Amino acid sequence: MCGIVGYAGTSVRSEEAGDLLRRMCGAVAHRGPDGEGIHVGTGFGLGHRRLAVVDLSRNGAQPMASSDGTAWISYNGEIFNHLELRALLEERGCRFRSTSDTEVVLQLYLEFGLDFVSHLNGDFALAIWDERQRRLVLARDRMGVRPLFHAMRGGTFFFASEVKALLEVPGIDPEIDPVALDQIFTLWAPIAPRTAFRNVSELPPGHLMVVENGAARSWPYWSLEFPEESANAETRSEARIAAELRHLLEDATRIRLRADVEVGSFLSGGLDSSVASALAARLAPAGLRTFGVGFDDPAFDESAFQERMAAALGTRHHSIRCGAGNIASVFPEVVRHAEQPILRTAPAPLYLLSGLVRSTGLKVVLTGEGADEIFAGYDLFKEAKVRRFCARQPNSAIRPLLFRRLYPYLGSLQQQTPQYLATFFGTDTDALDDPLYPLRPRVRATAGAKMFFSGDLKAALGGYDAAEDLAASLPAAFGRWHPQHQAQYIETRLLLPGYLLSAQGDRMAMAHGVETRFPFLDHRLVEFAARIPPRLKLRGLREKHILRTATADLLPAEIAERPKQPYRAPESASFRVETPGAVAEAISPHAVEDAGLFDPEATRRLLEKQRRTPLASFRDNAAFIGILSTQLWTREFSARRIRDAVQPAA
Amino acid sequence: MTDAVKTEIRSFIVENFLFGDTDRPLDDDMSLIENDVVDSTGILELVSFLEERYGIAVADADIVPANLDSIARIAAYVAHKAPGEQRLAG
Repeated sequence: MCGIVGYAGTSVRSEEAGDLLRRMCGAVAHRGPDGEGIHVGTGFGLGHRRLAVVDLSRNGAQPMASSDGTAWISYNGEIFNHLELRALLEERGCRFRSTSDTEVVLQLYLEFGLDFVSHLNGDFALAIWDERQRRLVLARDRMGVRPLFHAMRGGTFFFASEVKALLEVPGIDPEIDPVALDQIFTLWAPIAPRTAFRNVSELPPGHLMVVENGAARSWPYWSLEFPEESANAETRSEARIAAELRHLLEDATRIRLRADVEVGSFLSGGLDSSVASALAARLAPAGLRTFGVGFDDPAFDESAFQERMAAALGTRHHSIRCGAGNIASVFPEVVRHAEQPILRTAPAPLYLLSGLVRSTGLKVVLTGEGADEIFAGYDLFKEAKVRRFCARQPNSAIRPLLFRRLYPYLGSLQQQTPQYLATFFGTDTDALDDPLYPLRPRVRATAGAKMFFSGDLKAALGGYDAAEDLAASLPAAFGRWHPQHQAQYIETRLLLPGYLLSAQGDRMAMAHGVETRFPFLDHRLVEFAARIPPRLKLRGLREKHILRTATADLLPAEIAERPKQPYRAPESASFRVETPGAVAEAISPHAVEDAGLFDPEATRRLLEKQRRTPLASFRDNAAFIGILSTQLWTREFSARRIRDAVQPAA
Repeated sequence: MTDAVKTEIRSFIVENFLFGDTDRPLDDDMSLIENDVVDSTGILELVSFLEERYGIAVADADIVPANLDSIARIAAYVAHKAPGEQRLAG
């Protein structure tokens, strides 16, 4: 796992190129502490920070040239099927100089052209300079595990693993994108290719991009698709599907253990990371090390389940405890690495956990992320089902009580009458044919926090509606999918890459030079899961039914049958202790006034309320964390006021 | 009388849920939930306020939108539960 940077174009003078690439590399040095390389060619430049995981010798160093010198690659990620691809290429007459997977990718490109990417099974963001065609090719993995940002400046195209490297380019200035801010305060994530930075885009997951003659074009080489609802094509038995699932999951895990360094595993105590750890433990003859985070607040703590699971698997378990002060103390660094405003503190404990992994000498871990998206594990899927169930009998006083069962950990819902439960969840108001139907309660609860936007920001946004924008971006076939698959699609294509794999995933782990690997996000498994009938994923209100069936023998019953406990961390309560100076400064009245993004008086009252009493409401917590992280973002990246940032582009 | 109660309730809502934003439209008959003024925890804060300010006991079964989902409904509910308070206020 690494950091990549580079450019294609003629505006960078050759005598300055090396220095620029080194500065860009320096900005992402945390992603690759094991080495640095740059290459300056005619009309292009590539840089690379290396985290050595496969072929630790100099042979794996990058940027790497093809043996005939006609192509150069700078690549971040892992290709888990590189051994099979090497064999395929050798059969076709290719010869290799190293055991590195980087060389495999480069040879694959030379052999197959742009179609090379369809052969790759892995997590990657890469750039290849093709001297023969004088073009730069960028590609990003299907699910969006590895990041890739780009910007155009002075007719030259620049790219990097993180935005902070692009900010080293003279003329690429950090400005908040008001529309992205609205999207984050509505959907938790910007809609790709938009980023929090105006004038900086990301290459969306599953996309290729070609830059030639000063112009960039991109297109998807892979997309997530579900069967049409009317097609009842599934003829396999449940047992057969479970067996196939198990086989694929085992293989996805097996190839993710390929590395020339030790691979550990996150262990949260829930089903998904327990399954990943259990499969990995069977395949790690020298024993597996697992890592988990516990919370001082018992409402969030799962350490007892982690210890139970570690004992059952015989892993060497390392854990870190997280109290309110810990979250507050790292939060400015969390925002610096996330590079976008966030509405939750949940990335902070993962930042701390990744630090623990690194301190034990490991730099690669498996995680269970992705299972909730592909096997319908989130509460949101159940919630949408219950809302539809209630909508069929709007006068029922019994049906809305199911919402209490869905959220046993939300005290305020336990005390509500059925009438109010129905109203909160919009069972008699939300349109059943709305493509965003499953998201509506979350969008309502989140978007309420936009009441703190300043007058200038509201004016800049005009009547912009982030939810409408999301709905407009959905594929044509979306309307023909089962409602549960529609919800899965949105969670997998928006929240997973836009928040979970980035702000909470790659960026927190890579801050410590730790590479995360995701067996559940192997594209073969993702495609297989998409074809499984919805009822086998969410059976009644039992989430991930088919996954539980397929892995029942791996886990103690108390873990296997454990209802999902969503991963959460204390929110605004984390900042009721003594906070670091950076936090206090970022939300000082002067700083809020100066940034111009939030209404100073309303913000002052919110902060006062937070100091007076723990904030209980979802909206108030989202607003508090959102305002704080945005202010920290502004402090870190941009000193410009919103009214400067919203001027029309020149 | 009821107008005074409405004013107090409006002040409570503006202060606690709108953080002092008096520019936001808040008609007497506007749904507090559909307009994202209160959420599930807000309802409980509101009930607590009504009990403390007007000395009434809000039964669980009374916590329904028909009683509490607009300023007018809340005022009518308070008037029904605490006629003495109305006299006091009037």
